Amino acid sequence: MPMKIAKATFATLTILFLVAPLIAILPLAFTSSVILTYPIPSWSLRWFEELFFADAWRRAIVNSLIIGTGTTLLATILGTAASLGLRNRLILFRGTMRTLFLLPMVVPAVVLGVGMQVLLAGFGLTNSYLGVIIAHTVVAVPFVVVSVTGALAGIDERVELAAQSLGAAPITVFRRITLPLAMPGVLSGAVLAFATSLDEVVLTLFVAGPNQRTLARQMFSSIRENISPAIAAAAFLFIVATVVIGLVVVLSRSMLAKRR
Amino acid sequence: MSAASSRTGRSLILLAPLLLFLIGFFVWPLFSMMSQAVSDPAVLKLLPRSAEVLADWDRKSPPSAAMQTALMEDLKAVDDDQALGDMVRRLNSARSGFRTLMGKTTSALDETANPPADLVSIDKRWEKPEFWLAIADALSPYTDRNLLAAVDFGRNAAGEIEHLPPDQSVNSVILARTFWIAGLVTFFCALIGFPYAIIAASLDGWKRDLMLGAVLLPLWTSLLVRTAAWFILLQEKGLINDLLLTLGIINSPLALIFNRTGVIIAMTHVLLPFMVLPIYSVLITIPKNLMPAAASLGAPPLRAFLRVLLPLSLRGVASGGLLVFISAIGYYITPALIGGPGDQMISSIIAFYATGSANWGMAGALGMVLLVATLVLYSVYARLSSEEPGRR
Repeated sequence: MPMKIAKATFATLTILFLVAPLIAILPLAFTSSVILTYPIPSWSLRWFEELFFADAWRRAIVNSLIIGTGTTLLATILGTAASLGLRNRLILFRGTMRTLFLLPMVVPAVVLGVGMQVLLAGFGLTNSYLGVIIAHTVVAVPFVVVSVTGALAGIDERVELAAQSLGAAPITVFRRITLPLAMPGVLSGAVLAFATSLDEVVLTLFVAGPNQRTLARQMFSSIRENISPAIAAAAFLFIVATVVIGLVVVLSRSMLAKRR
Repeated sequence: MSAASSRTGRSLILLAPLLLFLIGFFVWPLFSMMSQAVSDPAVLKLLPRSAEVLADWDRKSPPSAAMQTALMEDLKAVDDDQALGDMVRRLNSARSGFRTLMGKTTSALDETANPPADLVSIDKRWEKPEFWLAIADALSPYTDRNLLAAVDFGRNAAGEIEHLPPDQSVNSVILARTFWIAGLVTFFCALIGFPYAIIAASLDGWKRDLMLGAVLLPLWTSLLVRTAAWFILLQEKGLINDLLLTLGIINSPLALIFNRTGVIIAMTHVLLPFMVLPIYSVLITIPKNLMPAAASLGAPPLRAFLRVLLPLSLRGVASGGLLVFISAIGYYITPALIGGPGDQMISSIIAFYATGSANWGMAGALGMVLLVATLVLYSVYARLSSEEPGRR
């Protein structure tokens, strides 16, 4: 039995290592002190107030929402269309295209950032919302492709063939059969695209101007320059958002599983 | 047949937008970054006439009258001070002395009342072929200077490739450090992740869900939040030092932040899920009765592990390790926030060249080194993970 105890101890310690840091910073969001340490002298919401009413933070939140929404729309439309196109096995270079669609996940963000800045400067798109949305879409689109391709692979093609043989036009088959069945994948792809945009720092550093400072960018520079519990409050929002996003993804996956 | 071809047409129309988008905003930026690394237009842009005349020069004889006239005309035509500064800096880096020579020459040419007959009458140095040689070499629109400098090499006066002096050899130190930190992080991830995946795969029910959930929660949490969490925990008066002091394990606070220890701890935490998940996905395909079978045949647990479980799970360890290593070599945020000046990795240096000193050539060259390393490792990973598990 000592082996079993050793295993249980190891597993518990590793779970603590993985999860404890995330839990440990949550209470600090509610501190009344200006420094980020325990013990917490008394509870207050002053740092959430700072987050929502201080000019820099509020504008960063608004920017994150604008850029996140733009990225989600663009990445979901492009990624879903491409995933539908990839279903056709007769397409030439299908594997090459799939690799290309996933490659932005692999290329280091700093490398892409340098290239983006050079290119977008040529188009006059640096320091613009459109430039940041384009940059974020490049790194968000692989998540949409992975998610939608997975959902499409789960569709029984006989259902579509049956609809077709009953006289449905291709567009009707798509609207009434394919799209509803793929919807959970599209939704979780969209959620992941939004999350990617929300968390993106490095590309934003390269292509965004002072007017497009996102929440993540603002957190990055305030950790570097003047650390305050506002960061813990922002982290609290992120972690809550993660749990919500995780629930949405899990729910849409179980919807997908039920359909099958 | 026509149904199939119209279906192909539809598929292509669906694929085209993303394909064009990624060619325009993903492939093209990478190429323009690489072309920044090898392009060198600062001199050619300003001296088009000299470029024509110098093409016929034998690179040895004293400068001809035609060469001097062409250069004088080129210099007179320059009206962009910043471009002139760029050119002088470029020439001065190839041959010192150009800064004073060019300053003297341009101010002499500006005196329209008393125009100089030729360049040699302005300064005797224009008689020497060395200065013309430097101009001739700098006229090529392409250069390997940045790429060589990225790995601490350069060309000497004779044009041979040689190692840069130690005081300029910072890049190889940073490259070695990048690979060393990434290797250490991969090692620690394997050390923790492999046993963790084995235990998770051997369990079922809520225990397995708990162990997997503990991996997925940080994976889904923002990288920035996880780094911020470690930033807060590792401080001198942070929770970890508090805990160790209260438990009496240490007497004075440990230095955990702005040094290598902090970077390794935080990066191991951030990348551990990428190690656990591939190993776990391989382990659950291994039949559960293999280890009991080995035991029933008389193998002690360690031997059964070494001969049965380890070889079968090696593919998972290899893909997890590659995934961690690939991610680690490109890391920017965690070393930038948790590390000290001595822990900055190649990404930080690229960012410094690009945003700090606007040296796009060096940023592009180092970016190319990082990009090539990443893509080579990724192709190994892709081959490894697409292979069917043949040895079942």
